[in-house]
Amino acid sequence: MKRFTCDELAELLTAYLEDALDQPSRAGVRAHLSCCEGCERYFDQFRATINVLGDQPPEKLSADVRDRLMSAFRERRRS
Amino acid sequence: MGSFAGGALPPDDVVVSALRAGDEAMFAALLDTWSRGMLRVARSYVSTDHSAEEVVQDTWLAVIDGIDAFEQRSSVKTWVFRILVNTAKKRGVRESRTLPWSTFEQDGEPGQGSFRGRGRGPGQGPGGPADPVAAWPTPEGEALAGEVRALIAEALARLPPRQRVVISLRDVEGCTSDEVCEILEISPANQRVLLHRARTAVRGLLASYYESVTQPE
Repeated sequence: MKRFTCDELAELLTAYLEDALDQPSRAGVRAHLSCCEGCERYFDQFRATINVLGDQPPEKLSADVRDRLMSAFRERRRS
Repeated sequence: MGSFAGGALPPDDVVVSALRAGDEAMFAALLDTWSRGMLRVARSYVSTDHSAEEVVQDTWLAVIDGIDAFEQRSSVKTWVFRILVNTAKKRGVRESRTLPWSTFEQDGEPGQGSFRGRGRGPGQGPGGPADPVAAWPTPEGEALAGEVRALIAEALARLPPRQRVVISLRDVEGCTSDEVCEILEISPANQRVLLHRARTAVRGLLASYYESVTQPE
């Protein structure tokens, strides 16, 4: 198992979440998180950030552009 | 063809033959499913809502023209988003709002520093016990949720373009890392670095915000 400082740990969180770490590193991250309250909270915040990012209101194509594209599809298919 | 609203799109083979056969419901389903993500990606390269919408429109016109010749070496979604990225880059260069893509090969530095500040450091790290990582309030109220959403939009707008595209595709639009690597033609490691820098920057901004709302004065 690898050992990480708090700063090193912060740099590994995305790789950890993506399951891109080798086994010793993954175990090291887990061990650090389980005994370091500050990093555990930082990790919570990191995940909370990802969650709120997914909560952005959807963007929408304006109705006239959508209509124009539907007509373009229709015409092109007919020709 | 029924509606795909809320559901998954059918497999690519079905999508491609339907489009070639002129199936309007299928085209509408793709338009309604992907345009939101496309608008968001386009906005990383161009300066106005109007330009972003034109980029998306031009992309769909290219898709209509190109569907017969599409060889299915990639997924339909990757193909569409690649056309989008290329269209948006050209447009962005023309507007000269963004620098050529290659300028950002090493990006990550601009914008990063600006998010640093209190609450950035993890654990009891270098900041020591005097600078603990605070717990965040749960955004229960609609007002707070709305403010957070606005803040996120601002944070995204401040990111360097490559970070912005990656985090928009991954965390906002929910694309997989494989999709993002294929769309942007970058390695998984590079994708992860860009994503991590972007997330770290956005977390930093959120941390400052929560500090300001939880600590009066």
